[in-house]
Amino acid sequence: MTAIDMVLLGALVLSAMATVMTARLLRAVIALAVTSVFVALLMFRLNANIAAVFELSVCAGLIPAIFITSIGLTQRLTPEALAVRRKERLRTVWYLPLIVIVAGIALSRVHIPLETAAALAPAPAGDVRSVLWALRHTDLLGQIVVLLGGVFGVAVLIMEVRHEQ
Amino acid sequence: MLSLLVLVPLAGLMLLSLPFAAPLRNRATILAPVLPLLQIILVVLHPAGFWSGSGGLDRFCDFGLKADDLSLVMLLSIGIVVFVTLLVVGQLVEGKRQRFSFTNVLVVAMIGMNGTVLLSDVFSLYVFIEVTTVSSFVLIAFNREKSALEGAFKYIMLSAVATVLMVTSVALLLLVAHGTSFSVVREALHASSSNVLVKIAMGAFVCGLLIKGGLVPFHGWVPDAYAAAPAPVSVLLAGISTKATGIYALIRLVAHVFAGSQSLNHILLFVGVVSIVVGALAALGQRDMKRMLAYSSISQVGYIVLGLGCGTPLGIVGAVFHLFNHAVFKSLLFVNSAALEQRLGTTDMNQMGGLGSRMPFTGTTSVLASLSTAGIPPLSGFWSKLIIVVALWQAGYRAYAVVAILLSVVTLAYLLLMQRRVFFGKVPQALAQASEASFGLVVASVALAGVTVGVGVLFPWLFNTFLLPIGGIL
Amino acid sequence: MSNDLGHLFTIFAIGAALTFVVGFYSLVTTKNLLRALIGVEILAKATTLLIIVAGYVSGQIALAQALAITLIVVEVAVIVVAVGVVLCIYRHNKSLDATFFTNLKG
Repeated sequence: MTAIDMVLLGALVLSAMATVMTARLLRAVIALAVTSVFVALLMFRLNANIAAVFELSVCAGLIPAIFITSIGLTQRLTPEALAVRRKERLRTVWYLPLIVIVAGIALSRVHIPLETAAALAPAPAGDVRSVLWALRHTDLLGQIVVLLGGVFGVAVLIMEVRHEQ
Repeated sequence: MLSLLVLVPLAGLMLLSLPFAAPLRNRATILAPVLPLLQIILVVLHPAGFWSGSGGLDRFCDFGLKADDLSLVMLLSIGIVVFVTLLVVGQLVEGKRQRFSFTNVLVVAMIGMNGTVLLSDVFSLYVFIEVTTVSSFVLIAFNREKSALEGAFKYIMLSAVATVLMVTSVALLLLVAHGTSFSVVREALHASSSNVLVKIAMGAFVCGLLIKGGLVPFHGWVPDAYAAAPAPVSVLLAGISTKATGIYALIRLVAHVFAGSQSLNHILLFVGVVSIVVGALAALGQRDMKRMLAYSSISQVGYIVLGLGCGTPLGIVGAVFHLFNHAVFKSLLFVNSAALEQRLGTTDMNQMGGLGSRMPFTGTTSVLASLSTAGIPPLSGFWSKLIIVVALWQAGYRAYAVVAILLSVVTLAYLLLMQRRVFFGKVPQALAQASEASFGLVVASVALAGVTVGVGVLFPWLFNTFLLPIGGIL
Repeated sequence: MSNDLGHLFTIFAIGAALTFVVGFYSLVTTKNLLRALIGVEILAKATTLLIIVAGYVSGQIALAQALAITLIVVEVAVIVVAVGVVLCIYRHNKSLDATFFTNLKG
């Protein structure tokens, strides 16, 4: 079954490269969403169903929505500026496929010593939901607090300053 | 009952955001300092029922929070610095709405820091560090000025790199450990210490923490963020925020989890001494007071890491003590710069002069803080530096000890230069009207100065009761 | 740890590492603030994948999923605040140019 995995991984790296290399910001965000979809597919293949659903809904849905909103709030490029930008980008960005291929070849020679890693007693396999609630509830508290911080933060940053006097 | 330290502020935040709590909101800056004040009192008085961790609330919701001596020192430091910051906020932030928002985010940061020092799980440690970091982003960018936003964005970028490093490390650790709590990870690291993946994991996590702590070579975000942030935020950042996240986690992991790795100690020693040197030398040439204090912070944190890298219990005692002292005297210096900014509207030292006569409290406390930072007896900074130097000497790292002492001289130099430029000499024409800072700031600076002098003078007594137990960590 | 799983981990690790390379490249060479954030997102994705793979290989897929979910939530908070900061910068400069940003690691 590793063939499918390798294809999915390859697609993942390709869409990540597309995110970086494309000249238009909007296309970059869409490519980001596509990358998230491939990550979610890979997670499904690894039996991580619930995390995959999270990845899909958040990273392929919510975050691109945030980015697209912010793009909408900022300036659009005129076609001339776009052509100039495209040429500039091409100069810096075409190194990327080269680097990725070289890195890929170099990494495939590296041997990861997993055999010496301690063989584990089978961990208490459980459902994610019970693990999340029973074992990692401190993380849940942390999530609540960090979301609260994010909410307050956005309220502070986005709100106009209204003079009280 | 330990969870109260995290849950009570959280409940307070949620309650105050409800519609009917409007009158309470307006008094937020008066209500809020109660929280860190309670924290200080709880640590100092140490009621056993609260700290034993087995009574009351813990039966219902057990968050796995534990408090040992290191946590207590951190909680005390957190309480002191957050209290002082709230005092400064009351003076320097205009508008009830602004103050309420500021206090909100500040309390979120406090929850993050309290949680960080009480946890015993590697991944939860990362989560609460991120909580503190995210609230720091907001606080730095609070006044929406250009330089502040740039500083915040640099911090965001470097913090993202730190996140990647720390979480990748946790992923690698999952391969050898069947959990992420400290004890499980420690056993697993012990069992497979020769595995190269494990070494990469440890190194990656340490690098992530070095970024959060603002050590060389990852200190790029520190001067911009500290200098450009609003005055109370600089107090918070320099005093405790980077220490509670990066440095505390480093101490906790090195002492408890990565125990006894020689190469790690060497790395820490090297990073520490380079930070001391780079920070001190860069501080010499600064014009802006807050930027100079930022580089000074990098330098002092280098001392803490130097003590940590020693590997001996005495070194850890010195490191933790210096962390506490740094929280006190660096906050004091930043409170002074906040006072100057309040009355003069600038932090450019070239425009200042002769303010000692006009702002007596600020000047005196500033001198005390400077002497403590440089390590002059009998102030607190002297004792902690002495312990670190002695620990280095005893462990055989003579060269590092000598460098540490020499750089103390440089520290004294740039701080005294600052004193001379700002507080002595002639008063320039433009500042003829300057007067002493407002009452809240004076109270804050006097209180902090009192702590730094008191800890220094009472040191022999403190050593046995306060510090030796910390050495038992290792 | 059977050889099969080791092989799987190696492949996934290479994939994640390449994604890291792409993400870091984006961070280092971009002149646009939003693209820098997109680079951060790519890095976060690679990290999440790495956690899931590590969990799968060591038999702790439930724990790994819990960690990954927490990581995703934290990343959302970070990105949201970062976008807020970027929008404020935009209001000042009327552009998303990151020219102040030249020495990223300095």
